[in-house]
Amino acid sequence: MSATIAERLAARIYEILGAVPDPEIPVISVVELGIVRAVRAGVPAVVVITPTYSGCPATVAINKAVRAALDDAGLRDVVVKTELSPAWTTDWISDSGRAKLLAYGIAPPETTAERRARRDAAPAICPQCGTGRTAEISQFGSTPCKALWRCLECAEPFDRFKCI
Amino acid sequence: MAHDLAVRLGDDALILGHRLSEWCGHAPTLELDLALTNIGLDLIGQAQLFLGLAAAAEGEGRDADALAYRRTEDAFQNCLLAEQPNGDFARTIARQFLFSAWQELLLRRLADAADQEIAAIAGKAVKEVTYHASFAAGWVVRLGDGTAESHQRMIAGLDWCWRFTGELFEDGCAALRTEWDARVDKVLAQAGLDAPEPVRGITGGRRGRHSEHLGHLLAQMQYLPRAYPDAVW
Repeated sequence: MSATIAERLAARIYEILGAVPDPEIPVISVVELGIVRAVRAGVPAVVVITPTYSGCPATVAINKAVRAALDDAGLRDVVVKTELSPAWTTDWISDSGRAKLLAYGIAPPETTAERRARRDAAPAICPQCGTGRTAEISQFGSTPCKALWRCLECAEPFDRFKCI
Repeated sequence: MAHDLAVRLGDDALILGHRLSEWCGHAPTLELDLALTNIGLDLIGQAQLFLGLAAAAEGEGRDADALAYRRTEDAFQNCLLAEQPNGDFARTIARQFLFSAWQELLLRRLADAADQEIAAIAGKAVKEVTYHASFAAGWVVRLGDGTAESHQRMIAGLDWCWRFTGELFEDGCAALRTEWDARVDKVLAQAGLDAPEPVRGITGGRRGRHSEHLGHLLAQMQYLPRAYPDAVW
């Protein structure tokens, strides 16, 4: 019985946090970005989140937004905890998150498995025209998690998620 | 022991991170402005984590901000390389290349350290630093293998920084030397550059004996929290 309640609470928390957008890339939620690592049942229940980059300024905003969303849903006693290990990886961005990034104009990162299969980093796919004929302009972009690329077909510049 | 290590790692990251922030609005191109300040941002984030850990281990009620903003230069334990002035772009790249290659090797080891808190921060930071190291190595090759002017400046930048590299291998880091030498030699060879001549090294940063540059850096970095101790974001 209690396991069922714990499961229902965890599902509810995921549903609530699934509506919390990333402050920098508001088309995806913090759950899709893979920074909500776990919901641990117990008294109190604990939501474990993990930062993307050590110095990402969005981390503070994310902590506040997660806290506020839980409070608004009446879950004031649920604890929010930050854990660093294992370190966040772009592999944790969900499939729905990847699709939304692409539609928003950001080339999603390759997964580690894809990179291994190819043995090196592949060029990004242009989110505008879908070609793989693209080139990196800058290894660093508008936020710590992105690099700057351009399309050699349609000539549009675009952001790409760095693969880490 | 773990406390001293956390202070050293935190101070290295903080001081070099601050140095890189000085490039904001001044780098040769917009992309490099973004790159240098993003590397600085990663380092300041790492500093926050390491100094937070050091403050907690101390148990005197201080936090990461107190360590960053309320210590005088003789209490800082960063390596002298980190505090060196930016100079031109080539010198900044030389400093970053030599430092990041070392920091990556160190953090990779610490990611498997017995101390789980150090290991967690190192495991996270090493992903960022691997990227910094590859960025800096790429620019060493571009400048070294570029024009006569860029080649000359890259040599001058490496010459300036070289005397501070010996210090990196003090305090339990001697085992990193062979691998670091091999990495540096490989990139320099690719860049068409000779390794600088061995020089008499300068050391002391880990024991709080710093160059004059650190005092000037701290005067700027610490001004606001010292002048307005109650200021909050």
